Amino acid sequence: MKISVVITLKKDVLDPQGKVIHQTLDGMGFEGINEVRQGKFFEIDTKENDQKKAEAKVEDMCKKLLANLVIEDFKIIGSQ
Amino acid sequence: MHSSVITFPGSNCDRDMDVALKKFGFKNKMVWHDDVELPKSDLVVLPGGFSYGDYLRCGSMASKSKIMKSVLNFAQGGGKVMGICNGFQILVESGLLPGVLLRNKYLEFICKNVFVKANNKDNSYFKDDKKDVYEFHIAHNEGNYFCSNEQIREINDNSQIALFYSDENGIVNEQSNPNGSLQNIAGIFNKQKNVLGMMPHPERMIDPALSGEDGSIFFENLINNLK
Repeated sequence: MKISVVITLKKDVLDPQGKVIHQTLDGMGFEGINEVRQGKFFEIDTKENDQKKAEAKVEDMCKKLLANLVIEDFKIIGSQ
Repeated sequence: MHSSVITFPGSNCDRDMDVALKKFGFKNKMVWHDDVELPKSDLVVLPGGFSYGDYLRCGSMASKSKIMKSVLNFAQGGGKVMGICNGFQILVESGLLPGVLLRNKYLEFICKNVFVKANNKDNSYFKDDKKDVYEFHIAHNEGNYFCSNEQIREINDNSQIALFYSDENGIVNEQSNPNGSLQNIAGIFNKQKNVLGMMPHPERMIDPALSGEDGSIFFENLINNLK
């Protein structure tokens, strides 16, 4: 089963890369952008076929390695 | 005094640290990250560099390497552990120190000499040090110290800030903050003050022919305090 996870900086953490991307997009003429936040995407292919168990495992991975919970939030966005 | 310097894949200040420690009287051993046991040590140093190519987050992979279990046990038993630059990043990722080191505020790799002010001398690292303000070298991309409001309250309540970025007179202000660090933090201790993490490199300041001698003062004092 493949689990997809997105990790983003928490709302109150400054995201200088997101800011620069925002400015660049503005400069390119893309109008009306409120904010850009940069994040990370992981697709984890596990042997576990039970969706709940697979997601629980990935959640544990996020807490222990993939995300740093001081500054980042994680969200499982898909299982297939 | 026995010391150990851990080499991770991508460490590049490990030999400089070895030279510095030996120069001031430590019997130093280099320890590979894949080893399980630490040699007998009075001080363990996690050196600077780019362990695991800074993949995922700086220090995150190294903090899970085999030797780190022994380093965690050593630190939890009161052993002295010092992390410099990437070593500091590894210490926060391992949970031995609170907070995290973010990308520098202005997205630049900073490589220059800075002044840092010792904030707390009631510990083995800075006790009886002749100096309050040191000129050290920094070279990092992720040195912007950050932590939650709750954590910074606790850090201040327990006097855990080791070093502030300052000017040469020890004045801590925004102009002397090179990377956007919270409260100008350049280094912190754990609660017990046996674990120290700092971004500046004292090992690069041990010879007047190279850069300066403020690191010599730091290491001379350190070995005396550990005796």
